[in-house]
Amino acid sequence: MKRSSVLLLLAGAVLIAAGVLREEHVTVLHKGVNLCLECVGIG
Amino acid sequence: MAREKRSGGRWKIQLLATLACNPFLSNFFKGKLYRGPLKGVCVPGLNCYSCPAAAASCPIGSLQAVVGAPQYQVSYYVVGILIFLGALLGRGICGFLCPFGWFQELLHKLPTRKYSTRRLHGLTYLKYGVLVVFVILLPMTVVNEVGLGDPFFCKYLCPAGILEGGLPLSLANESIRASLGTLFTWKSCLLVGVVVLAVFFYRPFCKWLCPLGAFYALFNKHALCRLSVDQDRCTACGACSRACGMDVDVFRSPNHTECIRCGDCIRACPHQAIRRTPDLRATHKKELSR
Repeated sequence: MKRSSVLLLLAGAVLIAAGVLREEHVTVLHKGVNLCLECVGIG
Repeated sequence: MAREKRSGGRWKIQLLATLACNPFLSNFFKGKLYRGPLKGVCVPGLNCYSCPAAAASCPIGSLQAVVGAPQYQVSYYVVGILIFLGALLGRGICGFLCPFGWFQELLHKLPTRKYSTRRLHGLTYLKYGVLVVFVILLPMTVVNEVGLGDPFFCKYLCPAGILEGGLPLSLANESIRASLGTLFTWKSCLLVGVVVLAVFFYRPFCKWLCPLGAFYALFNKHALCRLSVDQDRCTACGACSRACGMDVDVFRSPNHTECIRCGDCIRACPHQAIRRTPDLRATHKKELSR
């Protein structure tokens, strides 16, 4: 397995874990469950 | 420009991926969003989380949301997801799992004259600027009184939000319809522009504007899922280059940043010199550098 691929996969996993510890997924959830006015063109 | 007929089962995977990203189809008629816990996870492709049918969140929208939040400014979570997916599949996500990419491919099937984008190769660098400026810098730096940044890409440039969210919601929901104004008009014009371009050019948004494609492109040379060219079989005839809708000279650069792993080159090669590899072990096939 290519070393760079493995390192990137590990880095990604570590960052995901770090983000979950900071509760960033909660911010993502809050943004996702509410209508994004900017996205649909209301602003 | 003549283009070889594309075949293979890729459209089936694209259809499944689109349905998997958007399983709540009945919400189109109800004019509401899914509000469950899956929205805390990001889908791999460009799929607006304000699409009524969407089950999870758009990675680009989520990245802007976290970057624009006063308590964060840097997103480990979303960037980690993107790095993980990029290291697995690279821009194969664009070729197989992105609903908006598939939408452009379907438009391109309309029977009109098609035009080459080879001479417009310089425009492919534009998407990196979109990623850096609209997705990262502006939400991080242009903030309101409480420190919240707008999702600048979603707000001003993303056509998927209008296609998947703005249009269906405005049709189903009277209050949303009453709130539409200049921004909706601008974004609708953008969507129409992308639709028209996609009829005549192959995947113009993916090539020139998509920040998600720009991010995944950085991982194409390192992803587990790659292409390899067998130099013992390759005669550099150029059949792969002519078949490639993303303007990649595959025999020279099989893991180019623009390659979406669609496999058209594999089918076009008369010598079966190109193959997909899972790259589970280091290959010893020599690859010509670009």
